[in-house]
Amino acid sequence: MIKLQDIHFRYKKNKPLFENLNLTLQPGFIYGLLGKNGAGKSSLLKLISGMLFPNSGASKVFGSDASARKPAMLQDIYLVPEEFNLPAISMATYVKTTAVFYDKFSHNQFNAYLAEFELTDDAKLSTLSYGQKKKFLIAFGLATNARLLILDEPTNGLDIPSKSQFRKIMASALDEEKIIIISTHQVRDLENLIDTIVVLENGKIIFNHSIAAISERLAFEYDLNGLPADEIVYAEEIHGRKAGIVKNIAGIDSRVDMELLFNGIVKDAGKVNEQFAAFKYEL
Amino acid sequence: MEFKENQAIYLQIANRFFENILRKDWAAGDKIPSIRDMAVEFEVNPNTTMRTFNYLQDKGVIYNKRGVGYFLADDGFEKTIVLKKEQFLEEELPAFLKTMKLLGLSLEDLKKYEGKYNGASIN
Repeated sequence: MIKLQDIHFRYKKNKPLFENLNLTLQPGFIYGLLGKNGAGKSSLLKLISGMLFPNSGASKVFGSDASARKPAMLQDIYLVPEEFNLPAISMATYVKTTAVFYDKFSHNQFNAYLAEFELTDDAKLSTLSYGQKKKFLIAFGLATNARLLILDEPTNGLDIPSKSQFRKIMASALDEEKIIIISTHQVRDLENLIDTIVVLENGKIIFNHSIAAISERLAFEYDLNGLPADEIVYAEEIHGRKAGIVKNIAGIDSRVDMELLFNGIVKDAGKVNEQFAAFKYEL
Repeated sequence: MEFKENQAIYLQIANRFFENILRKDWAAGDKIPSIRDMAVEFEVNPNTTMRTFNYLQDKGVIYNKRGVGYFLADDGFEKTIVLKKEQFLEEELPAFLKTMKLLGLSLEDLKKYEGKYNGASIN
C-alpha cells in the first residue's frame, strides 16, 4: 500500500504546490493519474518515489518512508519517466549492469517483453528511436517485478501496434501485489486498463473513484437531446451534437468515457462529485 | 476489439462469450480461457474481465473449479439463449420496431425480405 499523509510541498517560498494532500493506493489496481499541464502530476510521482521530499507529512511506500530511500524500498519501485537519457551502450550491457539492483529481476520476462515489442538486445540504446527506448524502459521496468510501477505518459511516442502490445503486456503484468500508476493525457489509449481515476488540479486531488463506482453512478451519452436538464451533469458539443455526463438513473452499468469524464471534472468537479455522495432513497 | 460507445466493457466482453457459446465454439463442460488470458486478448484490466466472469457465474453460465479454472455449465447454452432472448426483446426489438415505424414498414413488408436473409450464416 502507498499512503501519502498530510503532505505539504513547495518549490518556492510562499508558493505551495501541495497543502495537506492525502492519498492511499492499494495493491492489485492500476491507477490513472490525470490532470492538466502543471497540475502537479510529476511532482506527486516524485514524492511517492522518494525523488522529492515533502516539507511536512510523510510518503509511505509498502510501510517504509519514501524519503529514507532505503535500498529495500528502491528495488521495489520502478519509474518510467516521460523524458530520459540512455547511455551509448547496448541493451544487454545496460541490463547486465543495472538489473543487479533489482533482486526480483527476471531475464526470462524481460526477453519475453522485448520479443512482444519486437526489440533485440544487441541494439545500442542511443541509436534507438524515442518510441523504442520507451518500450525498452517499459520492458525493463516490468521485468524488475517491482511492486510499485510508475509510468509517466507511457504511450507517448509508441506507434499504433506498440500501443496494443503495451495494453496486452500491462493486462498480463498486473497481479494482486502490484500497484501501477499511469500518468497520462492519452486517455483513449489507456481507458480500458485503468481501475481508478485520480484527478489532480492545482495541487489538489479533485476526484478519486473506481471505474466500477463511476459506471454505477454516471452514464455517458452522445445525444443529450430530450433529456431533462436536472439529469445532466455535464454537457459539451461533439460533432455538432450535445454529448455529456448524465446521472445513471436506469441503473445499467455503462461504458466510462474518460475524456468526457475528465472534461466534466475540470469544468465542475463539485457537480460530478455530488453524484458520489451516499445514495438518498426517497420514501 | 472495437468497443461500442455505451455498454460497460465487462458486459461487452460477456457478449463475446455468449457469441462463442451460441456458435458452439465452447461446449458444456469445456474449460474456458482464464481471466488473465481474456484480459490480454481484449487489452483490458484483469479486474474488468474478473467482473465478466463474476457476472457469468452469477447467471449460471459458467462455474469455477477452485484452482483449476472456469468451465461452461452443462446448461450454459440454454441459459445463454434465455439471457440473449431477454436482451433481444428488451433492448434490440424496441429500437428495431421504432425504425420500422419511422420508415412506415409493416411486419407483412418484412416477410418479403425474410427469404433473402434466410441463408445468412451465423458465423
